[in-house]
Amino acid sequence: MNDNNNLIISKNLSKKYKEHLVVDNLNLTIKKGEIFGLLGPNGAGKSTFILMTLGLTEPTSGSISVAGFNSTREPLKVKRITGYLPEKVGFYDDMTAKGNLAYTAELNNIPFREIPKKIDATLEMVALSKNKNQIVKTFSKGMKQRLGIADVLIKEPELIIFDEPTEGLDVKVANQMLQTILDLNNEKNITFLLSSHQLNLMQRVCPRVGILSRGKLITEGTVESLGRNMFGGGKYRIEIELEKVPGEIIEKFKKLDKVVNVIRTDNQIQIVCDKDIRQDISRLITSEGILMTRMDMKQDALEEIYLKYFKEE
Amino acid sequence: MRSILTVYRKELSDHFSSNKFLILLALIYIAGLSSTYVALTNIREAASSVTGNVFLYLFTTGGDVLPSFITFISFFIPIIGIIFGFDAINSEKNSGNLSRLLSQPIYRDSVINGKFLAGITTLTIIITSIVIIISGVGLFAIGVPPTSQEILRIFFFIFICIFYGGFWMGLAILFSVIMDKTAASILTSIAIWIFLFLFLGIIANAIANAMVPLADNATIADQIKNYSIEQGISRISPATLFTEAITVILLPVEGAILVNPVAYQQYAGSQNLLNPLSIGQSLIQVWPQLIIIIALAIICFAASYIIFMRQEIRST
Repeated sequence: MNDNNNLIISKNLSKKYKEHLVVDNLNLTIKKGEIFGLLGPNGAGKSTFILMTLGLTEPTSGSISVAGFNSTREPLKVKRITGYLPEKVGFYDDMTAKGNLAYTAELNNIPFREIPKKIDATLEMVALSKNKNQIVKTFSKGMKQRLGIADVLIKEPELIIFDEPTEGLDVKVANQMLQTILDLNNEKNITFLLSSHQLNLMQRVCPRVGILSRGKLITEGTVESLGRNMFGGGKYRIEIELEKVPGEIIEKFKKLDKVVNVIRTDNQIQIVCDKDIRQDISRLITSEGILMTRMDMKQDALEEIYLKYFKEE
Repeated sequence: MRSILTVYRKELSDHFSSNKFLILLALIYIAGLSSTYVALTNIREAASSVTGNVFLYLFTTGGDVLPSFITFISFFIPIIGIIFGFDAINSEKNSGNLSRLLSQPIYRDSVINGKFLAGITTLTIIITSIVIIISGVGLFAIGVPPTSQEILRIFFFIFICIFYGGFWMGLAILFSVIMDKTAASILTSIAIWIFLFLFLGIIANAIANAMVPLADNATIADQIKNYSIEQGISRISPATLFTEAITVILLPVEGAILVNPVAYQQYAGSQNLLNPLSIGQSLIQVWPQLIIIIALAIICFAASYIIFMRQEIRST
């Protein structure tokens, strides 16, 4: 078993389909109990990484392990502690919710006498108790997604992998889904690996993210640290728009306390700083007799970080 | 092993509760009972021409309007095999179930093995049940109990039917592994069945006549040569092999003539009756057909197994 706090360890992991390198020398660790977001455009290699994590496809080189079990050599041990909800979650439509969960439970070697109790408990967790005997084809997309969570939870996993967990869901259901992820993480200390394009939603639940591009992990870390690295340090970015920008005012901004960087683009100025200094900026602009037409403060947004990476590519 | 049993039980339950199973069962029961009725009305005439094995005439006697049970079953077994196999894997892929299923702690082959076994069990139940029903009705109607030889022949008949159905099921599963769309896999399976069942015989006849034309005054040697060529080509088809095998098993006299061109000519020329073969002799006569049918079933399933095991699983 794993002797440290890392649940997933990927070392120099690569996967080639014929001549096409889908995952390129990927090194990544995901800690026990964390919610990790894997970001990247289509074809970046996210799904292939997930499949290799589950042992459903073999790496061309390198290794990946979950809780100390090698995914390639011990896939059953990995799958026993890992729940996976694919992007297009499928169920046997002519079977009831209970029937589908019972099938999953049997495949996980859960003793027959315990299955009804486990089904009731998991369905209650996802608020589907009333729909236990309902045929799955009558379920809405949101209900199917919740049933997917129940299907994953029935095996009491240590790790849950969600591929696009909020794709195709309306805002309300997507929010419920994210809340369920946060609750499960808090209450049961379940580790989550989420792969998604919906960056604003990911930012709400993932303290740490990794960005994949063409199979390479181009960056990883907390959203805050990525923002600092991306925008030259500083936790806050204050954007102002002035009617005119005299050259000396840029130097005056730079001399303000806690300012890390000042970037000018035409009449717009971005001030990167380590504390909220909007009052100091306003005071300075007023004393200079310049008209300010706009002031915004931005915290590091995952979407901006993401877009900046792919713009620079 | 438990995972294969879990998949097997679920698939079996799916088959038994499906409309396709009920429709097929109804069709086969109607066809079987109709052919039994025809057999019972014609059995006296058919049985008077030979001695012994009267009970088997329930399965082999047809009429002017309706064919015999073995003709019906030759037609239905490929359909049953195809119906229970054509969407085994691709429907799981299309519904998004395959990746979810394989993310459970089971070996990948549990899925295909469980599905194949459940299909074969369903096929066995359908065939065995109709044979038992026909035997029961026949026993009640003709009042002649089957001999031990006849019971053995019926047993071998069921055995051959299962492997023949296994071949078609294996072929349909193979297409369900290779093709993403269920419509494509069923159409391809049916196209192959139609070709082997209907067109190969016509092609074989045309080739035989082109190679050894039979004029009105054709010699016995030419007739045998022509028949041998036609038979040789037709034997490419498992449908021909199956027909030959069950005919020899269920018709101890006429069956032997059917598979042997020389005996066929002697019989046609002399109009003399041959002695019925024992079950052992019948089996010796058709063992190549049996082996090929069993081998084809194994080859088709093995091919689908290997391809499925090597396929890349996608997340959707």
